[in-house]
Amino acid sequence: MIGPGFLGLTRDGWLRLLAPVVIGFLALAAWEIAVRVQEVPTYILPGPILIAQTLVEDWSSLAVSLGITLQITFAALVAAAVLGLLIAILFAQSRIIEASLFPYAVILQVTPIIAIAPLIIIWVDDVRLVLLICAWIVAFFPILSNTTLGLNSADHNLLDLFRLYRANRWQVLWRLRLPSAMPYFLAGVRIAGGLSLIGAIVAEFVAGTGGRASGLAYRILEAGYQLKIPRMFAALVLVSLTGIAIFLVLSLISHLLLRSWHESAVKRDRP
Amino acid sequence: MSGSDPAILLEGVAKRYANGTLAVSGVDLAIGQGDFVALLGPSGCGKSTLLRIIAGLIPASSGKVTVSGGAGPEALGFVFQEPTLMPWASALKNVRLPLDLLGVARSEADARAAEALASVGLAGFETAYPRALSGGMKMRVSIARGLVTRPRLLLMDEPFAALDEITRQRLNDDLLALWQARTFTVVFVTHSVFESVYLSRRIIVMAPRPGRVAADRAVDAAYPRGEVFRTSVEYAGHARNISAALHAAMAA
Ligand SMILES: Nc1ncnc2c1ncn2[C@@H]1O[C@H](COP(=O)(O)OP(=O)(O)OP(=O)(O)O)[C@@H](O)[C@H]1O
Ligand SMILES: [Mg+2]
Repeated sequence: MIGPGFLGLTRDGWLRLLAPVVIGFLALAAWEIAVRVQEVPTYILPGPILIAQTLVEDWSSLAVSLGITLQITFAALVAAAVLGLLIAILFAQSRIIEASLFPYAVILQVTPIIAIAPLIIIWVDDVRLVLLICAWIVAFFPILSNTTLGLNSADHNLLDLFRLYRANRWQVLWRLRLPSAMPYFLAGVRIAGGLSLIGAIVAEFVAGTGGRASGLAYRILEAGYQLKIPRMFAALVLVSLTGIAIFLVLSLISHLLLRSWHESAVKRDRP
Repeated sequence: MSGSDPAILLEGVAKRYANGTLAVSGVDLAIGQGDFVALLGPSGCGKSTLLRIIAGLIPASSGKVTVSGGAGPEALGFVFQEPTLMPWASALKNVRLPLDLLGVARSEADARAAEALASVGLAGFETAYPRALSGGMKMRVSIARGLVTRPRLLLMDEPFAALDEITRQRLNDDLLALWQARTFTVVFVTHSVFESVYLSRRIIVMAPRPGRVAADRAVDAAYPRGEVFRTSVEYAGHARNISAALHAAMAA
């Protein structure tokens, strides 16, 4: 039995860490065994060991693509965070601005990116920029809507207190609305991280960049055409791992920023 | 005390909210400088409404409101029923907020905020975040914030309603000590007969629907008041008297 506090993790913490790992390992083992016993051809379903080997062998070319996908994802996320925050602040300044612009943000959000991407390809020459714009469109809305909600959910009594001391708009925004919106904004960023990766991948499927300067999506397409299925799986694994890594990093950042005060991040004593 | 202008003068004040509710109506009230006045009444009789009108947070629909010395925002302190602290800021920063908003220099603001915290018995808790404080301590921080500008008028809206009896009595005593040490006017909203008798020099009993002044009673017991007063025959007499006035107001 694992005692509480072992290696800094509680029993519950160990359970949460080990249970998925064990399940994952069992599933991989079953997969490998099934593939070997049934003698499934590798162009239909490669086993996990072969996929891992391919990942190592093709690492040099896959790494370049990973780097490109990461760049686009990261740039889109930063652009979404900055613009989402700024537009939310603009919305918070006036009900009229919010009422007249918010529906368009919703339209942008509900229209599938797959459908918009061809248009953007026509309008924008630089393929990287196309990918960036697509990823941004997908990632931007949760940040905007979350932050708008956060800016409007400042405590009403505190707002009255600020009015009592004749605080100006800027003071109310900077000292009250923005801190109140912080947890909402960060939750939005966490969702947007995964979405900007999805946006970057989906857009690349449509835009279909070629040559060395292409991201992971193109590697998946390319491997598909060439029936290099293990390589396809290797690229897929990299996409998934990237998504997980983005989520973990953003969760950590959010936790570090909120841990001193917000209920969601505060350590609770347990019996 | 009187002779000078009253701290607050309400003449024929009425408030009708946008949804048509007539919250208070025909309120005439003069509150003297340095007085400690309780607004007592059942829930929904317009106590908070009246207090917010005095603070200038909402306008009266009709009538005249005069708050003397209300020239600057620093002349007023407001304490809400909930502590209403900023969870992302330390106790010191919370208390410093009014000074920050009024543009007081940082070093002076820090010193005055620390002094205000000490005056409510929270020296040493400057860096604590609200969630690390008990309900009573949070309320003390809130009071320190209300007092940090050294206001001439302190408005309190059921500040201790959510606290347990023992904490409440301690805070009552501390509030009286602060009030006696300095000169400021207090308007204290409460729905507790006992609290109003213990604290105040004058009790305004309000009646509901629409909110109005039903009775105006003096509590002529000497300060400082303490445990002896709380258990005295005199105190019980006042409480009975006020309680009767409250019941009459609610029956009317
Ligand atoms: N913003 C508002 N809009 C409409 N009606 C309101 C508003 N605020 C208060 N009222 C109404 O005005 C009346 C007086 O409310 P108020 O909050 O002043 O009562 P109160 O005496 O402070 O009650 P409590 O002891 O429960 O706090 C109530 O009938 C209430 O429903
Ligand atoms: Mg009230």
